[in-house]
Amino acid sequence: MRERLVALAALLAALALPWIAEAAGSPASIGLATRMAIYALAAASLNLALGFGGMVSFGHAAFYGIGGYAVGILYAHWSWQEPLLGLIPGSVSLAATLLAAMAAGGVAAAAIGALSLRTGGVSFIMITLAFAQMVFFLFVSLKAYGGDDGLSIRRRGELPGLDLRDPAQLYWLCLGLLLAWLLLLRRVTRARFGQVLSAARQNERRVVALGISPYPYRLVAFILSGMGTALAGALMANATRFVSTDMLHWTKSGELMVMVILGGAGTLMGPVLGAVALVGLEYGLAGLTEHWQFILGPLLVLVVIFARGGLMAALRRLRLA
Amino acid sequence: MSAPLLVLDDLRKSFGGLRATDGLSLDVRPGELHALIGPNGAGKSTAIGQITGEIRPDSGRIRFDGAEITHLSAARRARRGMVRSFQVVQLLEEASAEDHLALAVQARQGHSFRFWRAARRDRGLREPARALLDRFGLDPARRGLPASALSAGERKQVELALALALRPRLLLLDEPMAGLGAGESQAMTETLRRLKGEVAILLVEHDMEAVFALADRVSVLVRGRCIASGAPEAIRADPAVRAAYLGEGEEA
Repeated sequence: MRERLVALAALLAALALPWIAEAAGSPASIGLATRMAIYALAAASLNLALGFGGMVSFGHAAFYGIGGYAVGILYAHWSWQEPLLGLIPGSVSLAATLLAAMAAGGVAAAAIGALSLRTGGVSFIMITLAFAQMVFFLFVSLKAYGGDDGLSIRRRGELPGLDLRDPAQLYWLCLGLLLAWLLLLRRVTRARFGQVLSAARQNERRVVALGISPYPYRLVAFILSGMGTALAGALMANATRFVSTDMLHWTKSGELMVMVILGGAGTLMGPVLGAVALVGLEYGLAGLTEHWQFILGPLLVLVVIFARGGLMAALRRLRLA
Repeated sequence: MSAPLLVLDDLRKSFGGLRATDGLSLDVRPGELHALIGPNGAGKSTAIGQITGEIRPDSGRIRFDGAEITHLSAARRARRGMVRSFQVVQLLEEASAEDHLALAVQARQGHSFRFWRAARRDRGLREPARALLDRFGLDPARRGLPASALSAGERKQVELALALALRPRLLLLDEPMAGLGAGESQAMTETLRRLKGEVAILLVEHDMEAVFALADRVSVLVRGRCIASGAPEAIRADPAVRAAYLGEGEEA
């Protein structure tokens, strides 16, 4: 009961945030909250693979960047008025570009997952990293789309009734998609599919002995995970109106992993907390000193050591105490 | 005599220079309890691994229910009705006994690519799971605990219940008495006696008392091959077996 009240209060606060920010005279914080929502979406997606499925992917920047570049490339072809590969017309339609980003992320995850999931443990970590690096260098070498310099998007996605030039509307869009994705994840992890996924993480031999081959379940979870992460990348492209190979850099994969582990892997809301905490800390500390990473690093170490199970576990302990 | 359910035909498996399985042939008939015994290092684990599909044999063939399964994956073998238990119990440490049984029922019902309905509220899973636990007499107060909180005996009980939930045609029991106290061991022997005849069992076991009390046939594995196979009394009297295996153990 109390848990529900807390969740409801948090939801209302999140919804009312743009008005609160205006009233408090800091409209810039809407942009900060937008970034939090987008990273929360990416981290929640990674968590499906990492936390629920036990697939420690160190290559999710690939899906994040592919989602961003899907928006950027479709915009570029729209502005050049020249179809992509002579076939696919460019677009600035929000619905079309977000769906295209998810599709591209899903296809990439299917290809990378199908090969990587034949390994396990440390090999899986390294092979996902290797694939992500391949995608990174591919986009560095694509001079048509800016290479190292990235690609500016001069027009945000268009959807009748929505004006994404308004920061509040962009924020609500990101928040809405985050909530929808969380509801989907909640369903999926509690359904029969999720039971098998979680069982395979806990003990693969046991699952095989029950006559279940974990591979197809893991692959589907990995694809869903890639699609959600690509959606987050596409939203970020809309928020910053710019995509670059920074989105594909391996440190981005690491950042997403930190969010999941900081918040609590294998819980629904953990990655959301982790994303909010990490983005908030980066912002707050960067305002204090330019050597903010010097403070952030030890802080993360302390959380991992003293709050096993992340912020979610710490919150639960507080509630029990 | 009915056709055998499981046939091992000249299985061979080497690890480097060590011939762990060296021309092993064996069969299990429908409904019989066939015990596989052998001294330490005789290759019992390697044999079990090849039967269940965790280890690929170098040569030889395995047939189950009239079909060749030598190259079938372990999961597929389980789906065909060849179900195993483990020497060291393999459970999902975070899941309760009831969750385990529900997962087994789910596995039996076909694929699990179902993404929407909550599995924990699915009566088609939870009710059969509870019925199975009733049948195995696991203390109702302990059914909700995570597997990591159960005793060794209870964990064996859950694993056996899992195996039977799949409605196997052949049960492969890998040292079911290992790690049990005297009382629990007795209870397990009783459970196996009740199962006898209902389902064919291949029992790999160290506990000689249990083997000779339960088995219809006994096969003796020494250095990767079967040196004798027959009724328990015949095996006990076999001089080659006595020399290789029972020699020092006068208790048999």
